[in-house]
Amino acid sequence: MANTRGKSFIGRFGVHIAVLIFVAIWTIPTLGILVTSLRDKDQITVSGWWTALTSSTQTVAGRLPGASAQVERDGTFVIEGNIFESGSGQVGAFGTRVQAPTQYAAGETAELNDGVTMQLNEDGSFVLTSPQAFEGDRGQRVYYSVLQPPSFTTENYNTVLFSEGIGRSFLNSLTVTVPATVIPILIAAFAAYALAWMRFPGRALLIAAIIGLLVVPLQMSLIPLLKLYNGVGAFFGVPAKTYLGIWLAHTGFGLPFAIYLLRSYIAGLPREIMESARIDGASDFEIFVKIVLPLSFPVLASFAIFQFLWVWNDLLVAMVFLGSGSDQLVLTGKLNALLGSRGGDWEILATSAFVTIIVPLIVFFSLQRYFVRGLLAGSVKGG
Amino acid sequence: MGSQIFSAILVIIVGVGGCVAYFWGANKLLDLAFPSRGVAGRAAIDNLRRQGIVRPWLFVGPALLILTVYLIYPVVDTLRLSFMDRAGQNFVGLANYQWAVGDREFRTSILNNFLWLAVVPAACTFLGLIIAVLTDKIWWGNIAKSLVFMPLAISFVGASVIWKFIYEYRAEGQTQIGILNAFIQYLGGTPQVWISIPFWNNFFLMVILIWIQTGFAMVILSSALRGIPEETIEAAVIDGANPFQIFWRIMVPQIWGTIAVVWTTITILVLKVFDIVLTMTNGQWNSQVLANLMFDWMFRGGGDFGRGAAIAVVIMLAVVPIMIWNIRQATRESGEGH
Repeated sequence: MANTRGKSFIGRFGVHIAVLIFVAIWTIPTLGILVTSLRDKDQITVSGWWTALTSSTQTVAGRLPGASAQVERDGTFVIEGNIFESGSGQVGAFGTRVQAPTQYAAGETAELNDGVTMQLNEDGSFVLTSPQAFEGDRGQRVYYSVLQPPSFTTENYNTVLFSEGIGRSFLNSLTVTVPATVIPILIAAFAAYALAWMRFPGRALLIAAIIGLLVVPLQMSLIPLLKLYNGVGAFFGVPAKTYLGIWLAHTGFGLPFAIYLLRSYIAGLPREIMESARIDGASDFEIFVKIVLPLSFPVLASFAIFQFLWVWNDLLVAMVFLGSGSDQLVLTGKLNALLGSRGGDWEILATSAFVTIIVPLIVFFSLQRYFVRGLLAGSVKGG
Repeated sequence: MGSQIFSAILVIIVGVGGCVAYFWGANKLLDLAFPSRGVAGRAAIDNLRRQGIVRPWLFVGPALLILTVYLIYPVVDTLRLSFMDRAGQNFVGLANYQWAVGDREFRTSILNNFLWLAVVPAACTFLGLIIAVLTDKIWWGNIAKSLVFMPLAISFVGASVIWKFIYEYRAEGQTQIGILNAFIQYLGGTPQVWISIPFWNNFFLMVILIWIQTGFAMVILSSALRGIPEETIEAAVIDGANPFQIFWRIMVPQIWGTIAVVWTTITILVLKVFDIVLTMTNGQWNSQVLANLMFDWMFRGGGDFGRGAAIAVVIMLAVVPIMIWNIRQATRESGEGH
């Protein structure tokens, strides 16, 4: 198939370019967040993240020293000094009016009113001269652009993890995700085996029901379960929003897909193995534990990845079944809250977003093969 | 915090241990109640038969219980609640549905949902197909696929932040830090507040879902394309077909089934789209959709369960045809198969 198209050089070249464009569109957005999260807080607001590797310019307003700093030299009055307190920096341009903050290039001499001249050099040193004595304590207003070398920092991560509460939410997400991934696997595996290899009345109906439940929107479950949880909480005098509640909810919502995926895999295991084990006197329980479970490892891994990603990335279930206090707010919920409270603070938002997506990305890239296999089994076979 | 980690670990141990104990214990109990070893021939056969009747239900029991509590009962109860008042106490007939038909926000949501349904599945499938075909031809195709596939692992909320940064707006003439407005300004255009332009903002939100889901379509379609017999394409080449004819007349018709699967899967996802709208606009500027409206009514003013349930039922109704088609397809397959 590879040689049917793009035989000409131009055609092949075109394919490479087209794929490159697609890849760029699909990676640049994430790259933007990553780069932003590593940039200095002040640089984020003054220049686009794509310029992170070049120096950025920032316009600063300042005031030169007042009359007390002047010295008389050959009949002219001079004020000298350096605008950088630390003594280092790079000036790109300067000006004296806010309307034209970069009127003069660094090193140029600006002619101001009454014969006053001003020179601001690249290294920040300035010379202000005047034929008459300077008066007043308020010095000359000056605007200048500072070239800032690219600077990267991990400070944003410190901030969000330890003072914005992302670290705590990270733990909460783990607390929700791990049990909600592990519990459904066992329950589904037993059910899947029964539906695949045991004969009992109502089996076909059950399979049909599970395929039907696969597509039931979550929205259909929310209100009755919310009522149920509130009722149970009130009856036993316990909080309605608990981790146990969300573990079970995620288990319930994940089960149809788990049973469906596992059943189609387990049903495809070779019949001979089961039958020879049965002839050897193995019971269903033994067959399941000793033969089916080990053979099903790939599909169990597939489902585990799916469920992990699904639960970790979920916002809706967490918002309904968990509270919004810091002890229960998961990463997605926290990120949503930050979008409201820290709307324009991109150093916080970008860094928090990256923290929330890093775990799924690691899981995804390291276990991609199982993920793809599950995806194919889960959607193509079933129709 | 430490106690939280401890209790989570405890739950895993108790949960898994409990599951194992249940399955093992129930199985053991069954063997004890109807022993098949060490009893006379006739009784052993009877007991084996009884075991065969009970055991499947021991295996499916826990799953069945959870499915009933978390899916089957809620579906029935949501239907019932959609005919009740806001607290779910009194029967109000069709009042909630009548309210919905007359409500401006609901009608906007329905229209927007149709818009999403018309655009997103088509765009994902089309882009996924194109990328699958193109990446098949180059040596770094697998890396490219992996990168296009990556957003599938990112949460809708995370993706919303990522794209909100792309749409970030600063007044004209200022340095734009959102890449889209920077590009527009570079070309000499006027920067826009993309997500608050009524009607068109829907498309800027859809882009996020398309960005996430195209990888899914690509992977499934790519595997289907690999299943196309080489001979059909070779024959077309010999007959002098050009690349576009091969693509549209030879390849696409052979994977129609898979395209339908991808399309319906994304369609269901689109019906449930919630996180993106909540985080980007929360339904403002005429970008509301059903799932977000339903969530809103669950809690608005203390919560109106009747209206919330009615909106959920509307979403469900849209899914029912796909559900029936799936069940039919599956029962036909198992009828023909083993």
